[in-house]
Amino acid sequence: MIERMDRLLNVVTLLSAGLIVVVLASLRRAHIRVEYSVSWLAAGLGLLVLSRSEATLVWLAGLLGVKEPSLALLFVSFSVFLLVFYRFSIIISELKDANIALAQRVAILQYEIESLHEKAKAGQAG
Amino acid sequence: MRHPIGPDSLLIIVPAYNEEGAVGEVVCEIRQAMPETPVLVIDDCSSDCTAVVARMAGADVLSLPHHLGLGGCVQAGYRLAYELGYQYVIRVDGDGQHDPRDLPAIFRALRESGCEMVIGSRFLDGEENHTSFLRGLGIRFFRLVLRPILGRPVRDPTSGFVGVNRAALEVFSRSFPLEYPEIEALVVLQRKAFRFLEVPCRIRPRRAGRSSITAVKSFYYIIHVLLGVFVNVLKYDGRRSRRR
Repeated sequence: MIERMDRLLNVVTLLSAGLIVVVLASLRRAHIRVEYSVSWLAAGLGLLVLSRSEATLVWLAGLLGVKEPSLALLFVSFSVFLLVFYRFSIIISELKDANIALAQRVAILQYEIESLHEKAKAGQAG
Repeated sequence: MRHPIGPDSLLIIVPAYNEEGAVGEVVCEIRQAMPETPVLVIDDCSSDCTAVVARMAGADVLSLPHHLGLGGCVQAGYRLAYELGYQYVIRVDGDGQHDPRDLPAIFRALRESGCEMVIGSRFLDGEENHTSFLRGLGIRFFRLVLRPILGRPVRDPTSGFVGVNRAALEVFSRSFPLEYPEIEALVVLQRKAFRFLEVPCRIRPRRAGRSSITAVKSFYYIIHVLLGVFVNVLKYDGRRSRRR
């Protein structure tokens, strides 16, 4: 049991480190903006620290009322990513609203410019 | 486009996405039915010649820079109409299903009833066979859902043949449901203590193109609209005193 627990902790450590490396690489290549990388880096760092701190995990398991510290780790991982996804859903929704308003404004401005051009042409012809 | 003149200024908007096969005839029919009324086709970034065909038929065209979907497309028309100062707007779909000969009746109802929204209804004649079996079931379902929310029956809650006055235009130019907007728009207006009226209208088969609501999307449609109705009921205080 302890061996399986160690293996799981090692896997989480590796995945967390991988997540941090990928996010940092994406930042360096400007594929992700700094403000949107913070959630992922915090999540990766939190899980990395947790996976290396068995005492904290045992304490967490006691707090959550589960026997297995590994279950506590899975619960925390799930909660962290759920929070990150929720935050990004809000951001995407705001961006979509802004994008629609901008597209409509661009179309209306384009329409008004064309109307002004037509008026100017009609004025010159008259 | 002619700028609105007088207290009864009306703009007819035609949302269209890849409707080059139908939109020209729709515009011509509108111009025959309402010769003095400006027609604005809102082209939702079609990949075909919808905008060109609409212009050739005599409409003004508002071209969206990318595809927004029906709600975003209609709202763009409402925004422009509101900013230009129009008092009334009637929406006619670009697929040719709405008969423009019904426009004068909708406009008359808008002006004379004082209602903020007038819906061209397919079912006021008692006939229920104007639509497919599945869609008919959906319409019956939403009638039942909307009855207690609206406090009165609505025969054709999914109709897009809709006229609004300036008060409703102000609301919709600020906020309008993005996908499948008809039912949600009805709830938004009702929760703001606005009134609606249904008048009989004819419905025809599509001239060209395909409906955006396929059989697969029907289930998503029902869930999406139910959620939208629920959210709008929560968002606005329906107990607010009526304006009139």
